[in-house]
Amino acid sequence: MRIGTAHETYAQAEALLDTNVQRFWLIAFLILLAAFPFVANQYWVYMACLVGIHIVSVTGLNILTGFTGLVSLGHAAFMAVGAYTVATLEIRVGTPFILNLIIGGLVTALAGILVGIPSLRVKGLYLAIATIAAAVILHFVFANSAFLGGTRGLSMPPATIFGYQIARPSQVYWIILPVAVLSIVGAANLFRTRIGRAFIAIRDRDISAEVLGIPLLRYKLLSFALSSFYAGVAGGLWAYFFRVVTPESFPLIYSIFFLAAVIVGGMGTILGGILGAVFMTMVPEVLKIVVGWMTPVFPNAVQFLSPVRTIVFGALIVLFLLFEPQGLAEIWRRVRRFFHLWPFRK
Amino acid sequence: MDWLFLTEILLSGLGSGALLSLTGIAFVLIYKATKVVNLAVGEMLMMGAYFFVGLFSSQVFPLWATVALAILGGGLLGAVVERALIRPMLGENPISVFMVTVGLGSILVGVVEFIWGADPIAPPNFMPTKPFFIGPAYVSPKIALSFAIAAVVIVVFLILFRYWRGGVALRATATDQGAAYSCGINVPRVFSLAWIAAGMAAAGAGILVGSIGGVSPTMGVFGLSVLVVVIVGGLDSIAGALIAGLFIGAVEALAGTYLGGEYKLLITFGILVVMLMIRPYGLFGTVEIERL
Repeated sequence: MRIGTAHETYAQAEALLDTNVQRFWLIAFLILLAAFPFVANQYWVYMACLVGIHIVSVTGLNILTGFTGLVSLGHAAFMAVGAYTVATLEIRVGTPFILNLIIGGLVTALAGILVGIPSLRVKGLYLAIATIAAAVILHFVFANSAFLGGTRGLSMPPATIFGYQIARPSQVYWIILPVAVLSIVGAANLFRTRIGRAFIAIRDRDISAEVLGIPLLRYKLLSFALSSFYAGVAGGLWAYFFRVVTPESFPLIYSIFFLAAVIVGGMGTILGGILGAVFMTMVPEVLKIVVGWMTPVFPNAVQFLSPVRTIVFGALIVLFLLFEPQGLAEIWRRVRRFFHLWPFRK
Repeated sequence: MDWLFLTEILLSGLGSGALLSLTGIAFVLIYKATKVVNLAVGEMLMMGAYFFVGLFSSQVFPLWATVALAILGGGLLGAVVERALIRPMLGENPISVFMVTVGLGSILVGVVEFIWGADPIAPPNFMPTKPFFIGPAYVSPKIALSFAIAAVVIVVFLILFRYWRGGVALRATATDQGAAYSCGINVPRVFSLAWIAAGMAAAGAGILVGSIGGVSPTMGVFGLSVLVVVIVGGLDSIAGALIAGLFIGAVEALAGTYLGGEYKLLITFGILVVMLMIRPYGLFGTVEIERL
């Protein structure tokens, strides 16, 4: 808590932002985000869209893993469910894209409940392995269903709004940004409610939670459903962004990527999910830029880009778990605490 | 139905199943001793295969020394991983430790691609090519030899667990860490020992898997089948790993032949899901009872 903020009501104590300074910076940041596509070039807008999609997805996984303590290695497969649902609706039905996104989320939530059913019987690592199994089975369905285009997948038209096509990244940005903001606000508010607190209780000790009168199966399934809803919406955004959905678009390593983003960002904090998504998406790009600088010195540096990315990806997971298990969110908190009293602290 | 054909498929399935069993034992060893679920077991296997290929192509050592060095390399890898990554995570939430091994897997794949490139490498040809028959049924000589080697290694492992001091210490640690400590067993050293033994077993399996199917950075996928094997057999049961390995090997061979290659993973993971639903602790695993 900041110095000089005295809470007089419970509502104040529970507020997401407790000072006007925070509100000011948040609004300034949102304005910056809105201005972004007008000042940045194509490449950075493209990256921003990707980051936005990943933020939605990672926030979803954070609800499940960070807040409810259920590890899932099938998050990318859930995204695939959303992406396929949206692509099918867009191609065969032609409903408006907002509706498609919501239906995509709901269908994925159903899939999530199905996968979550073993979660009462098994937990921890067994559950993680069960979700790998679900991912393998879903991949098989996508690759072998003629309706979903088999291994070639589905190519879809761009989203349209009032007859106006949304095809380029700088246009899709305007779909992704509001959805990402909404999903973050939704998740942040979720943990001020009864349901969110029940999730946290289950994470901390599920048997104790049950003793306290939290129906485990219902809340675990609810967590799966919510998390998958996020994944489905993220998958839908993904589909509108890339406009081709194949079974190979969502491999197991993509699920590991989301879990890594949750860990690197900081499990069980909303800010952590955001930071993790941004960081893990940008690191490969930064590596690409570094390799670009090195090319004059080492002409064949480019061929080492992919292995170096793989190594750095693994090393980030390992190093964060070893040395900064609270993730980037904790680093952010430390930096902020330093500047609270700066420059008056001795 | 062609019974001879069926027998041949079953035999080759059991042959590759023996490799699953061997890798499964590597997995179970680590889990028994340290309670770490090592998702990087497939990648450790891949490292063993690459050690072998790298040493073999340098042509410095005779074949037996190459094999021995590759296996020792696997053991060294296990020791380094245990000391550098797993020991500091002692007492942490099991899911964090599990994620460390996931990260490790990614690092190992990256290292292999960095040194040897992403393209598959043809395995060195040291296996016999003379056709091998059991009765009238033909078995690929590579698979028959792999089965024999895996069987011998597994028997050696079992004997070591039963009679060797280190093996007894390992079993004692697996049963009760605190009690093992108070009996004067150096538990951290047992942890190292388990990882070294597992690294060696995985490297040995990697050499065999590589010489049958080729060596590539995606070999780690073998680890997914091993995961199914240990879940079906029970995470902490060596006998379970043996039986489930042979079983999953046979099922994969049958599914691959009669349904098509893409069904292999589907069927094995289907078995995994069913197993998790009815017996989450596996065929021979210990039932965990959770108390507050």
